[in-house]
Amino acid sequence: MTAAVSAVVPARPRPQWRRIARRFLHRPMAIVGLVLVLAFIALAVVGPMLTSDPDLQDFQVVLSPPSLAHPLGTDDLGRDVLARVANGARVSLLAGVVSTAIALVVGITLGLISGFYRGWFDAVLGRIVDVLLAFPFLIFAVGLAAILGASLTNVIAALAISQVPAVIRIARGEAMSIRDQEYVSGAIADGSRDGAIILKYVLPNAASAFIVQATVAIPAAIIGEATLSFLGLGVQPPNASWGILLTGAQQYLAQAPYLAVFPGLAIALTTLGFNLLGDGLRDALDPKGHR
Amino acid sequence: MSTIAAAPAAATTSAVLEVDRLHVEFSTEGGCVMAVKDVSFTLGRGEILALVGESGCGKSTVAMSIPRLLGDTRARIEGSIRLDGVDLATLSERQMRHVRGKDISVVFQEPMTSLNPAYTIGRQIVEVIRQHEKVKRSAAMRRAVELLALVGIPDARRRLSAFPHELSGGMRQRVMIAIAVACDPKVIIADEPTTALDVTIQAGVLDIFRRLRDTLGTAIVLITHDLGVVAEVADSVAVMYAGRVVEQCSTGEIFARPAHPYTRGLLGALPSRALMRGGRRRLADIAGVVPPPTVDPDECQFAPRCPRATAACVAARPPLAPFVPGHRVACIHAGGEETA
Repeated sequence: MTAAVSAVVPARPRPQWRRIARRFLHRPMAIVGLVLVLAFIALAVVGPMLTSDPDLQDFQVVLSPPSLAHPLGTDDLGRDVLARVANGARVSLLAGVVSTAIALVVGITLGLISGFYRGWFDAVLGRIVDVLLAFPFLIFAVGLAAILGASLTNVIAALAISQVPAVIRIARGEAMSIRDQEYVSGAIADGSRDGAIILKYVLPNAASAFIVQATVAIPAAIIGEATLSFLGLGVQPPNASWGILLTGAQQYLAQAPYLAVFPGLAIALTTLGFNLLGDGLRDALDPKGHR
Repeated sequence: MSTIAAAPAAATTSAVLEVDRLHVEFSTEGGCVMAVKDVSFTLGRGEILALVGESGCGKSTVAMSIPRLLGDTRARIEGSIRLDGVDLATLSERQMRHVRGKDISVVFQEPMTSLNPAYTIGRQIVEVIRQHEKVKRSAAMRRAVELLALVGIPDARRRLSAFPHELSGGMRQRVMIAIAVACDPKVIIADEPTTALDVTIQAGVLDIFRRLRDTLGTAIVLITHDLGVVAEVADSVAVMYAGRVVEQCSTGEIFARPAHPYTRGLLGALPSRALMRGGRRRLADIAGVVPPPTVDPDECQFAPRCPRATAACVAARPPLAPFVPGHRVACIHAGGEETA
């Protein structure tokens, strides 16, 4: 009897995930998004290992158009654009994922507490969030980066901080609506602690909202990093970042348009990929959605 | 075996739950809402007491005030609620958490939304057990299987890994009851447990309550507006109107000799009774509306809707007084010819 019972014990949310995966894979655009995101991650992770040194200058091939030796051409210092785009992908992935992760952890914690307890904490935090949300995301990030100084760490910090208010707002809303669910009343009636209720009832039931939010926040942070670096507030040359590649390409738009096209395409495709992935996940995670 | 004593203070040794002169007030922007006024009852081991009344009569408020689920800031509570002689108002919030789910558990009305959609039902039952008792996960699992079998869920072992959305409403309500009895509580508060269920499922769920009472000796406070449910399972009944108990007696007595005009009105509104009485098609309704809960004049609050009201009814509020032994009613015209 005991053995038979323990065979049932892995009561993990397996069937649910399988259903969500099936619903996701029924959507062609979601798969396109997933492929684009995976391609971006592959480019960021293995790209720099396969390409040459992104800082290596070769004055024999300055501003050469795409060729077999340099598939995406070379820039004004004879550096390989493919290598630099791959390196830029690594910076983008780092900035996008790390800043979003920080923003989610901080924002979800504050938002759930605020929405669950309401009261003075919610009132104070809510007003602060209102003020911060009055600034457009990029303007806020530019301001913070200007104050913090230009470096990759500071870019990540600036992007993380400027994403937090939106995450708080979402987490607060989720906590407020889930708090009024009967299963939370039930948990209170069962003698559960508030902390356990927030972790076991509110967080898992709000998870899909946060997953979708992440797929919106990551491309926003990638564009944010590119923007800050483009403006000289982020990663500093000679390090490669998509924003820096665009800055460098500006002067040569007439002679060597490919210098701007490829980093620009990388930003566009990555953002598109995350957005399609997010749409697909949102539909797949929606319990009311059809298969 | 009704233990609704004439004087609730005279606690019998078998009393598990004693509610004595309970008042509950909510302060709202529209003024002070007196939801519950002077409600007293005692509940013995293995007894099922039904609190009956219309929506807004205060029955749910009574129920939720027992495990102190009303929230200290919103509600002002007077009177005492004693569990095995311990006044629950004296316990700290921490001690109260140990009482909830362990000594007093609650079954809510809406089975469709009362389970955490993120976890399997097995995990939810196990967590409640392990929250209140130091047992191994495997032992709690075994207990969960037994509990599901107890509430009549077929193939209980396989059902442990089911998610709430994979179960029907009746099955979910059975799971809710399994969770409620998981720690062998002294008192279960069932707030309209069958209202959201199909009539065919209701009987099965009510049967579970009866079995729990018979096998485990659990005392149950059953909140309902359905007199059919009362007839089915309750040992005794308290009829509430506008926050007060207007009639209190055994179940047999209330159907045999309803004394308060309001109770008679409720019984007259029952389809089966109306049809039995010579195939009359129209159900008798009770004219008028429930008075606002913000006022509490010293008069019978049912008088404006009462077919027997006289000037004496609004001169002073009739007390809840013995009508016949074991049967108390708050009406000066109690008994007499059944006219309702």
